[in-house]
Amino acid sequence: MESVLGRYRNLTILVGVLFLQVLGLAVQVKRSADVENTRLIRIWAVDTITPFERVLVWVQNGGSNIWHNYFFLRGVRAENRQLKQQIEQMRLEQVRLSEDAEQAHRLQQLLAFKEQLITKTVPAQVIGSSGSDLSRSIYIDKGSNEGVAADMAVITVGGIVGKVLRVYPSTSLVLMINDQTSGVGAMLEKSRLQGVLKGTPDGAVILERVMSDEQVAAGDTVLSSGGDQIFPKGLPVGTVSKVTPGREMFLNIQVKPAADLSRLEEVLVVTEKQEHNPVVDSGVRVRAADILAQRLPSVPEKPVVPATSASGAPGNSKVGATSQSTATAAKPQTPTGSAKPDAVQTGSAPSIVKVPGAKIPGGGQAAAVPGAKPASVPTIHSVGNGQPTASQAPKQTAPKAASGDMAPSNSSPTVSGSNSANSPKPATAGAKPPVSQPNPQPPATNDDPH
Amino acid sequence: MPITYTSGEQIEVYRFSIPVTVGVPLLALFLQAFVPRRLPFFSIFDLPLLVTIFFGMARRNPISGLFTGAAIGLAQDMLGAYPIGIYGIAKTVVGYFASSLGAKLDVENAGARFLVTLGFYLVHAAVYFTVARGMVNMTLHWSWGRGILAGLVNAFLGVALYFVLDKFKQRT
Repeated sequence: MESVLGRYRNLTILVGVLFLQVLGLAVQVKRSADVENTRLIRIWAVDTITPFERVLVWVQNGGSNIWHNYFFLRGVRAENRQLKQQIEQMRLEQVRLSEDAEQAHRLQQLLAFKEQLITKTVPAQVIGSSGSDLSRSIYIDKGSNEGVAADMAVITVGGIVGKVLRVYPSTSLVLMINDQTSGVGAMLEKSRLQGVLKGTPDGAVILERVMSDEQVAAGDTVLSSGGDQIFPKGLPVGTVSKVTPGREMFLNIQVKPAADLSRLEEVLVVTEKQEHNPVVDSGVRVRAADILAQRLPSVPEKPVVPATSASGAPGNSKVGATSQSTATAAKPQTPTGSAKPDAVQTGSAPSIVKVPGAKIPGGGQAAAVPGAKPASVPTIHSVGNGQPTASQAPKQTAPKAASGDMAPSNSSPTVSGSNSANSPKPATAGAKPPVSQPNPQPPATNDDPH
Repeated sequence: MPITYTSGEQIEVYRFSIPVTVGVPLLALFLQAFVPRRLPFFSIFDLPLLVTIFFGMARRNPISGLFTGAAIGLAQDMLGAYPIGIYGIAKTVVGYFASSLGAKLDVENAGARFLVTLGFYLVHAAVYFTVARGMVNMTLHWSWGRGILAGLVNAFLGVALYFVLDKFKQRT
């Protein structure tokens, strides 16, 4: 026996080493996933490799920052201008979406739906990968010290990335959605068809379990369905790139991930989610037009032009005056026809409402004179040149404006038309009586447009 | 340039300093983990496998080769998401046979190295797939096209890499 072992010594050792590894592998496979019996040696390996990766990433980012922030600033002005335009467009879009969201919340509340919100995220930097072509996983530089735990969702601004598989003190291993062992509950945005998103050996992503008689087209957006209890519902996953008939009456749907999984640099780990009933704000409601008026770009300020109006209303021509100072300066006066209001709200509480951002051509600005309450005088929301005169005004009693007696500074600005905020009309003679509000409102305060 | 012999009795056996023995596999593992995040195409390479083949062929000692392969493979497993041992088994086999082959054939010229690396890449893939599917129940799909392409690419890189690593060889 001894001679046989000596003769085949090399082969015996090979078999022994392989047997030990197979045994270790079998133990790992047999034990449940919750009991991670290889944690210690994995920590050793990770602690050996990741410090170097951190240093390299730090050096790389430092060099990149110095270059981009100090030396390479070509085109920044043009980009800045473009971004500003984009912001304005997005603000408009936001106004529309906020209305939609509020409506959705009301409907959700009616139906007692629960919504899941991402309440806390931890930004992390990608420092490495698993080092294997067959395993799609990455290492991030945040671990249990920062509150990261296993099975947390990892996302980017573009879409979902994967889930946290293993957590170490200052590092975590993230299994990406294109790994063949991953699975994400997903649905198609238009048809709301649900399926399971899986990775393939070559790193592609497919949506499984969608019946072949369903209508799915390339370009359809795929969202997370929330069914996996990891990713909150509605996060972008990707778009359908190809649809072919698959096996067993299911479609073979290839999905292009929304996040660029091969070039990840920074990700967000969702460390806290909250599930609650949607809350509808029952307080003072603000109309979309009001939000819009608040956020619309204002006309650049013009030089101060001294008031030349016959009325000589003091203070009214002061451009850029604060609400308080404007209110103080607003002396009782009689509105005239030269002050053609853009929009007027009828009511018993007359007031001239200052519209933030509504600059008056010629240097004037709408004066805010709240609190004055003579009867039968309509509320003037926006005044043409900010200097109402008495010559052609309807019979009105000039409101007494007490110093400082004006709308609170946090009040919602009231705008009766988008024009009033954007491009106030100059004063013209022959102004009609101010009754142009399409929807006559009850006596309104400056705070409540309704 | 070391003189090599194809005769089994006169074959040149090399050894490496401890820093090279430890540092080169670690560097290979580090590059394999770090570079693909910046250069995605790099993931097709398997630097730890190339290092395993190189050390195996240079030392020409099957015991040393299998332990080198086992150590590098297990370290690669530890960095990955799958159970530890899949790469370990595959690289143990490759390390053993690379050493055995190196002890019998002249593997110093570029052509032989190219063919040997291509062959061992396929052996490595075969063992990996067998273990992954047979033991871990992973649903892997073998693609001949991709497998051959990856083997050729690794063989090209291997030939270049071996010439660099030849500088660290020390005669026994």
